[in-house]
Amino acid sequence: MTRPEPVFEEPWHAQVFAITVHLNETGLFTWQQWAERFGATLKRHGHHTRLNGGSDYFAAWLETLETLLGDTSVADPAQLETLRHAWEAAYLNTPHGAPVTLDARAD
Amino acid sequence: MQRWTWLQACVTIPLMPHDHADHSHPHTLLPSDPALRVKALETLLTQKGLIDPAALDEIIDTYENRIGPRNGAQVVARAWSDPAFREALFEDATAVVTQMGFYGRQGEHMVAVENTDAVHNIVVCTLCSCYPWPLLGIPPGWYKSDAYRARVVREPRAVLAEFGVTLPAETAVRVWDSTAEVRYLVIPQRPPNTETLDEAALMDLVTRDSMIGTGLARQP
Repeated sequence: MTRPEPVFEEPWHAQVFAITVHLNETGLFTWQQWAERFGATLKRHGHHTRLNGGSDYFAAWLETLETLLGDTSVADPAQLETLRHAWEAAYLNTPHGAPVTLDARAD
Repeated sequence: MQRWTWLQACVTIPLMPHDHADHSHPHTLLPSDPALRVKALETLLTQKGLIDPAALDEIIDTYENRIGPRNGAQVVARAWSDPAFREALFEDATAVVTQMGFYGRQGEHMVAVENTDAVHNIVVCTLCSCYPWPLLGIPPGWYKSDAYRARVVREPRAVLAEFGVTLPAETAVRVWDSTAEVRYLVIPQRPPNTETLDEAALMDLVTRDSMIGTGLARQP
């Protein structure tokens, strides 16, 4: 018997999937709205390259979620960019093996 | 359940942007760009009170550990062995699988389609990757690929052949395009010489691919 494929290849795939399902369940958007936007992103990406259904699939997923939350004024892109840099700084300032938190960015 | 730690991400992702082989790491390895963007999203949405980290853990745990093709296999095995169940399933699959505890979290409608000598059914989502999650879990990579999504509609027999399935010429192939509202479950043909098997033994013959239509049920 072959080894089962992992459900999510990378932790961030699982995380962005869960955020999306959770926001749908709390009523922020319907699944139909999600599927239409996601389908449009996949189609756009597919014009340039043949998507393999792995990381490029979740890259399209993440882009769709960021755009949806930006368009609906739920998550401001500039704020997200600031937080992304804060996390990057936190990783770079955290000693190897220690838990990474946003507080570490000021080091 | 153990939460995903981003340290794990550093260890398991092979191509890190910050990959030094020649010195010890003074700091934690930097996750990939999308991983950092997801962290940013999670932080902002948590700060705004729009997401509950515990709920995210629960969703991930559900899809990684509790939902998978065994759910669908149970439906198929019961449809094979219980005529009243089978009839109810084709009448209203959503109601039947909900009763079994396999309800769609996205409120989708479930439809069961049956393979026979005359018709072989295959499921795709040409828009994105709609899939009967409660019955089959998260779709495999190939289901989400452009190659499958585009080609199975155009040349289903060629795609089936690549999956190792060759159908008699007189069997019609029907391709069902899933949507956000309607998800399909293929009920594969029951293999011959399985009359004496109970439901649990029958379940073992039902593969994920046989419920998507890109495979057949196993022979015992």
